[in-house]
Amino acid sequence: MKIKHISEIAGALLMARWKQSLVAAVGVAFSISLFISLLGFMEGLNQLLDGLVLNRTPHVRLYNDIQPSQIQPIDLNAKYKNHHNFVKSIKPSNSDKEIYNSEQIIERVKSDSRVIGVAPKLTAQVFYNLGNIELNGVISGVDVGQEVKLFAFSDYVSEGNYFDLKNMSNSIILGKGVAEKMLAKVGDIIIITTGGGEQFPLKVVGVFSSGVIELDKVQSYTSISTAQKLLGKSSSYVSDIQIKLKDMSLAPAVALEFGSLFKIDAEDIQTANAQFETGSSVRSIISYAVGITLLIVSGFGIYNILNMLIYEKMDTIAILKATGYAGSDVKKIFITISLSIGISGALAGAIFGFLFSKLIDAIPFNTASLPNVTTYPIDYGLQYYAIAVLFAIITTYLAGWFPAKKASNIDPVIIIRGK
Amino acid sequence: MDKNIVLETRSINKSFYTPRKIDILKDISFSLNRGEFASIVGKSGCGKSTLLYILSTMDTDYTGELLIDNESTQNRSDVQLAAIRNEKIGFVFQFHYLLNEFSVLKNVILPGYKLNKLSEEELETNGLKYLKALGIENLAHKRASKLSGGEKQRVAIARAMINDPMIIMCDEPTGNLDNKNTDIVFDIFKELTAVFNKTLLIVTHDLSFAEKTGRIISMDDGRIV
Repeated sequence: MKIKHISEIAGALLMARWKQSLVAAVGVAFSISLFISLLGFMEGLNQLLDGLVLNRTPHVRLYNDIQPSQIQPIDLNAKYKNHHNFVKSIKPSNSDKEIYNSEQIIERVKSDSRVIGVAPKLTAQVFYNLGNIELNGVISGVDVGQEVKLFAFSDYVSEGNYFDLKNMSNSIILGKGVAEKMLAKVGDIIIITTGGGEQFPLKVVGVFSSGVIELDKVQSYTSISTAQKLLGKSSSYVSDIQIKLKDMSLAPAVALEFGSLFKIDAEDIQTANAQFETGSSVRSIISYAVGITLLIVSGFGIYNILNMLIYEKMDTIAILKATGYAGSDVKKIFITISLSIGISGALAGAIFGFLFSKLIDAIPFNTASLPNVTTYPIDYGLQYYAIAVLFAIITTYLAGWFPAKKASNIDPVIIIRGK
Repeated sequence: MDKNIVLETRSINKSFYTPRKIDILKDISFSLNRGEFASIVGKSGCGKSTLLYILSTMDTDYTGELLIDNESTQNRSDVQLAAIRNEKIGFVFQFHYLLNEFSVLKNVILPGYKLNKLSEEELETNGLKYLKALGIENLAHKRASKLSGGEKQRVAIARAMINDPMIIMCDEPTGNLDNKNTDIVFDIFKELTAVFNKTLLIVTHDLSFAEKTGRIISMDDGRIV
């Protein structure tokens, strides 16, 4: 039997009860659109919150950790070589945090095909001078171009122009909390004291707001060369190499590989920020559960309407079977009815879901910690549309399958005799 | 075996078991030849409709043997039986049973969709041809629900013809028609056997109608007498 003819009969039966069919399709459309907008909103929020930390965190960080020597003197003694030794006399020395041969390492890492980019960094402990008070702080020396490209640095600079950091020597971008305490504005000169005791004047070229208030009270940024000057180090001094990968999930393997290759400490993002993934996935699961419940409820709507249709169209089914339509043909007809309600509802739902998302996207959402966010975040990922439409089709197929089976089992003799 | 036999029954028995065993049909054996115009008559409740549903392959709950076109219908699946009904048997019911959702022409050609031997255009041409032969060509594109009783019955006959079946079975085809329409339907049946060489089997309790047919099979209390 041709699909065209099956669908023609299905269409005629559908039109005979077009109001109920429409209600069923609207039910599907409603649940699909809510599913899409709910998940898009939830995922947008997840990305925003995760981004607060994950955007700022390199996938792999190479650095020199301060660690005690693995081999203590007693281990070198042949007599005690195979003993368990408790005596550990050598403490960590005042070892340098400098990464040796940093330029060669950077070149090597850059040439790796898994890597998007590399950003060197160094950190200096300083004091911000406020009159006679000295405030603890951390100044990171960064390559602004790479930071903007890899870690969305520009999103967090709320005032001033971040490129001035590169163009102007002895410039600084202050954390928002620091700037407020120091009453510093863009263009002002502030004084800091380095760990070595020297005082340095720096020009404020911007204010930085990470969204984490505690961080903004201590953290400031300057260029690498300025930071090297603050520390009194040579122009090759770098304490961190930050690596961003194309695929974040490769980070633990890459960290291990680079760690042993360069004989250096390497930390991956999963180890550094395990808790964020957990939070995101739990939120996602909850929203998927709600969305799928909506779809199942709409499936019951279709089930009811098809059952009703079958009771009303007993005569039609009986006559089709009497004239030679097999039970399987009748089943196909009713599944076609169900699927056409499901698919039209799903397509309408996808469109309305997009419009709902647009609507949520337009609602103002201002928060002090996120300077560049003005409306509710929405993720317009195609995967939500695909999941919603796929799930709607599966649900409506099942909702149609049971009534269709019932219809296919109708005995025409009983119906025709019953008249 | 005579090649002209299109339908044959061999000692068909059927009983209802609720609430206790009642024999509806007892040892029914007869055969119909090609081109025969036969009617089954009998009192209400003598089992003639039940017999027709068994002959139509819709009811399979019986003992005995039914051969259509010299092929046994025993131990066939639902799909196979449906295919036999579709190809070899045409149906006309007492209450016409048109599908109100469709036009007259669509009603006529629906069984053709299932048979799937002819294209849609060919089916429509054939459908119009039969409607023309039945004198209701002008109604082809009306909705089935808008027709009068006599017209509906003629549409049902056209539908029974569409797959060019060997045998057409009718259950009280004139049961709720007036005399004028009954005569029209009879003339059509007569023509079907004479011109199209169809076998007709008509269940009726209208004796005057039955007397005009070529062969009368009388039933009483589940037996052929």
